[in-house]
Amino acid sequence: MIPKNVMSEPSWYESSARARIEGLLDSGSFEEILPPQSRVMSPHLALFDLPPAFDDGMIVGRGQIDGCPVAVAAQEGQFMGGTFAEVSGAKLVGLLRGVAHSAGTRQGVGAVLLLLDTGGVRLQEANAGEMAVSETIRAIIDVRRAGVPVIALIGGRAGAFGGGGLVTACCSHVVISEQGRISVSGPEVIETNKGVEEFDSRDRALVWRVTGGRSRVLLGGADSYVKGDVGSFRKAAAQARNSTPSFSLETLEREQERLTERLKLYGSCHDTPEIWRIAGLPEPEGIADMTEDDFMSLLAKEGLHHDAR
Amino acid sequence: MMPDELISALFPQGHTISPGAENTFSGQARVAGKTVEVLGIADSTPLGPETALVLAGRVLEIVRLRSGAPIVFLIDTASQRMTRRDEMLGLNEYLAHLAKSITLAGVSGHRTVSVLYGTAAAGAFIATALSTQTMVAVDGAHPSVMDLPSIARVTKLPLDVLTEKAKETPVFAPGVAPLAATGAVSEVWKISDRQCAERLAALLAEGGQDDADHRDVLGASRGGRKMAADVARRVEAAFTHDATVSEAR
Repeated sequence: MIPKNVMSEPSWYESSARARIEGLLDSGSFEEILPPQSRVMSPHLALFDLPPAFDDGMIVGRGQIDGCPVAVAAQEGQFMGGTFAEVSGAKLVGLLRGVAHSAGTRQGVGAVLLLLDTGGVRLQEANAGEMAVSETIRAIIDVRRAGVPVIALIGGRAGAFGGGGLVTACCSHVVISEQGRISVSGPEVIETNKGVEEFDSRDRALVWRVTGGRSRVLLGGADSYVKGDVGSFRKAAAQARNSTPSFSLETLEREQERLTERLKLYGSCHDTPEIWRIAGLPEPEGIADMTEDDFMSLLAKEGLHHDAR
Repeated sequence: MMPDELISALFPQGHTISPGAENTFSGQARVAGKTVEVLGIADSTPLGPETALVLAGRVLEIVRLRSGAPIVFLIDTASQRMTRRDEMLGLNEYLAHLAKSITLAGVSGHRTVSVLYGTAAAGAFIATALSTQTMVAVDGAHPSVMDLPSIARVTKLPLDVLTEKAKETPVFAPGVAPLAATGAVSEVWKISDRQCAERLAALLAEGGQDDADHRDVLGASRGGRKMAADVARRVEAAFTHDATVSEAR
């Protein structure tokens, strides 16, 4: 999946959450809050004989990009699927509340970067995780109301599923790579509940056509598309800070129009090539097979931008 | 079908609530002599893009009017609708749009209260009942994140073991009591008590409270989420204080 010309660069998909933060921020600028040494861990995993992690799979703190202060939160998708849980969720919520309350002060930051990599709510602590998602959404909105953009970066192994999909769409700007996936119910969950004829989760090409980065950016579920290397995510994050919509009635009215229009145009489609055909894209069947460079020039030509979210 | 018994219990002073598109209903009611907006979803309808747009569209219309009227949401949904088509169309955006619209109403001077009278699960629960400032559970309410058989499948634990564990800890068990313990549900009412209207009027009169989200503090005091409020407070304090005195160092 990784394009040859970025093979030498560290890949976002392959990197750990800590390596992503390291590559995203100015060297040595990251200051972690409640780092692993603090040992703030899940109190619930022991009940299931599961080992906890010293950071509960959530890394939060502040740092700089090109000298500008930002807040950062990163989910470690390799620990419990990067799930929202009591401790991991509270770390994120606390960070967002801190950003909202410090906006405009000496401690204020210019943006929040959310490195989402999550299967959704951690089912072993489902109620606490569900509340964490709801509290995260409310806190993101408070940050945006305080005038600070929240930028989601999606390209990890776990994707942005379940509540993570909702959190993503509450951000001011969504950056995604080809490997990034956004969805509410995962393909396996749909297959389990509705049968393989509804969604064959083992058909990887289908899964990516439905949930993957290219489809999301073409449809308006993401605002920026980047190659899968850490450097490209860094560049997109730095740029996105300057061009995000405020959180207001007008923004949501435009989103209502945008989503209504999408349903009207594509509501009877069964697969993404049908959508691209209606949208008038050249070679609707070949979107998934294009090279990264060709796909990015297609995006540039179409002049896609979706400011209302 | 509209929940007539609940509507009569909540709004004895009269209402104009009528069924709308996509198993929704809406209208106005009188509570303590004042007009409130009422919006609902019926029949345990799985939340898909169409229903989310109807509800969000109505919420945005109400905010546009700048009346400041309270909005009462009567909720009986299911989970989010599980189809390939809905996910392809970006169901996450539709659900988030509804969550954002309800939250916008709350921060724009509308007191928002949800009354859960049926099921609500997973993403649909987040996008509806959990997006209001206050959530109340009444007869028939069954909130959940995921049902125990599904949790058993994902966690690879036998259902009977899981059911046994659910008795010891409310943190993953479905139902009103465990979710109330986490701070999700503020109050539990019974229609037969004949006090719903009075209690709703009392809740709505609380309007003008601060915007802050105190559900984690409620969860700590009820013992269902002992750590969340404290962890969030510690992170927030470390972030807002001068980095040189941060406890994180």
